[in-house]
Amino acid sequence: MALRGKAWKFGDSISTDHIAPGRYFHLRTNLPELARHVLEDADESFAASMAPGDFVVAGRNFGLGSSREHAPRIIRFAGVSAVLAHSFARIFFRNSINVGLPVLEVDTDRIDAGDELEVDLAAGEVRDLTKGITLTFEPLPPVMVKILKDGGLVEHFRKYGDFNLET
Amino acid sequence: MASTLAEKIISAHAGKDVKPGEIIVTGVDVTALQDGTGPLAIQQLEELDMVRAHNPAKTVLFIDHAAPSPRKELSNAHMSLRRFARETGAVLSEISEGVCHQRLVESFVSPGDILIGADSHTCTSGALGAFSTGMGSTDVAIGIATGKTWLKVPETIRIELTGSFSKGVYAKDLILHLIGMIGADGATYMALEFGGPGAEAMEMSERFTLANMAVEAGGKTGLFAADSRTRAYLEERGRGDDFREMTPDEGASYARIIEIDLSTLEPTVSAPHTVDNTRKVSEALGTRVDQVFIGTCTNGRLEDLRVAASILEGRQRHPDTRLIVTPASRDIYRQASGEGLLATFAAAGALVTGVGCGACVGVHGGILGDGEVCLATQNRNFQGRMGNAEAFIWLASPATAAAAALAGEIVDPRDYIKD
Ligand code: SF4
Repeated sequence: MALRGKAWKFGDSISTDHIAPGRYFHLRTNLPELARHVLEDADESFAASMAPGDFVVAGRNFGLGSSREHAPRIIRFAGVSAVLAHSFARIFFRNSINVGLPVLEVDTDRIDAGDELEVDLAAGEVRDLTKGITLTFEPLPPVMVKILKDGGLVEHFRKYGDFNLET
Repeated sequence: MASTLAEKIISAHAGKDVKPGEIIVTGVDVTALQDGTGPLAIQQLEELDMVRAHNPAKTVLFIDHAAPSPRKELSNAHMSLRRFARETGAVLSEISEGVCHQRLVESFVSPGDILIGADSHTCTSGALGAFSTGMGSTDVAIGIATGKTWLKVPETIRIELTGSFSKGVYAKDLILHLIGMIGADGATYMALEFGGPGAEAMEMSERFTLANMAVEAGGKTGLFAADSRTRAYLEERGRGDDFREMTPDEGASYARIIEIDLSTLEPTVSAPHTVDNTRKVSEALGTRVDQVFIGTCTNGRLEDLRVAASILEGRQRHPDTRLIVTPASRDIYRQASGEGLLATFAAAGALVTGVGCGACVGVHGGILGDGEVCLATQNRNFQGRMGNAEAFIWLASPATAAAAALAGEIVDPRDYIKD
């Protein structure tokens, strides 16, 4: 299945404080409301202007900082179909898989804001339709593919009642 | 096979020798949630109809980030933690107890343990020779209910320390220096293992500061061998029986070895807005400071408060610079009070607050105004971290922080240390 949408471009070192600012700590039990502030401290217009299906495209070490799972959750809740970045911070990456948000390590330098993108998760390809280029990304580790396919860790447990990570 | 500390601890749990890169499902000894991540974890368990704790005595729920609660939404979140503790027998650490990572090392984590906590600075407990790492709410929720998690065995970067700190230089300066050197993603997916004569000579408080910030280099955990100082630390807390010696094997293989001679270091700061944006204090002199914050799981320990108090004693904060001091835990608060440190802070014009995370995470208790500059002893200076994306945060040691409170700007703490 291919995902399709517009690129929203962000820089390096986008932290969980950019994504889910601490001043909205009290909204952590209210994801729909918190999602209205997603990435607010990196791009104030993002939450209100993005369309479901769009992509977050960033530089190095995306999601560094706290373990707040709310960060990938509200990105997904907002309707972002995947995050593409040069590299990700470890906890954010794992949390994203657990909540079913595709996170792809890809060289994002040639993608510009507003480019129309198509991502084929199975083929490991990002097609920049605006530029007419195709980029490839590292496939996820098999354990993560399994959890992502199950729809996240909670769904994985619902299905198996235990870890079932043999691949 | 010769193992690093991380490999050794995970192997003991897995019942076989593990190698970096291997993925294993392992038992966990301690699990932890805090008030920011806990409610979501509990919600996941409710959805799965798995509201239970596999090992209640070692499942700890901390109310520390928003303590006491500044608003009703958070009061309700706190209620969900209290209810979960009641229903499962898990331990509740109330608003009066302190920051999760400090409480974990004081009372819950032992050498050789695996700890997963829904807070990124869970790596702090690695200073006890435990494999401790931060994860998200869902991972920890599953760990609480089943007593298990999955892990990728990390490669290890060895930080080999020699020499000793010169006057005015502390563990905080070392860790800022190291992160500046390797970058905020320099240890992504890896464990940091501190060792060498410089590490062996360190007090536990220094080890906690170093392990605490492993995640700021992207690290999964920061580890120290469990040695006679670890034993003494546990014994002082009536936990001598929890001690186990943990050392890496001679000849273990490391992804990288970084040697640092502690005597070559200088007071160091991180400039806004990333932790790896470090420089020597001498390159930041004269930076105006509106607020100084001394506390947190990084530098809110008794030893930190002693250093700050020794600089502030008999002096007054700069009239344009406010100073907030937040002891990390109740034990620290009591001892600091007994030693007269809190009175010294108050006399110097500080606001001494109750225990907890305090101003660190921008929830309450010291949120910055537009354009304001804070110098803090915490571990993060990300944009917006202290509640305002228009503010600027610098990171430093307690000594540098205390000196800045007196001068109203960044100064060399060595000029303020009394002989
Ligand atoms: S003191 Fe700061 S860094 Fe430490 S646990 Fe609390 S909020 Fe996190």
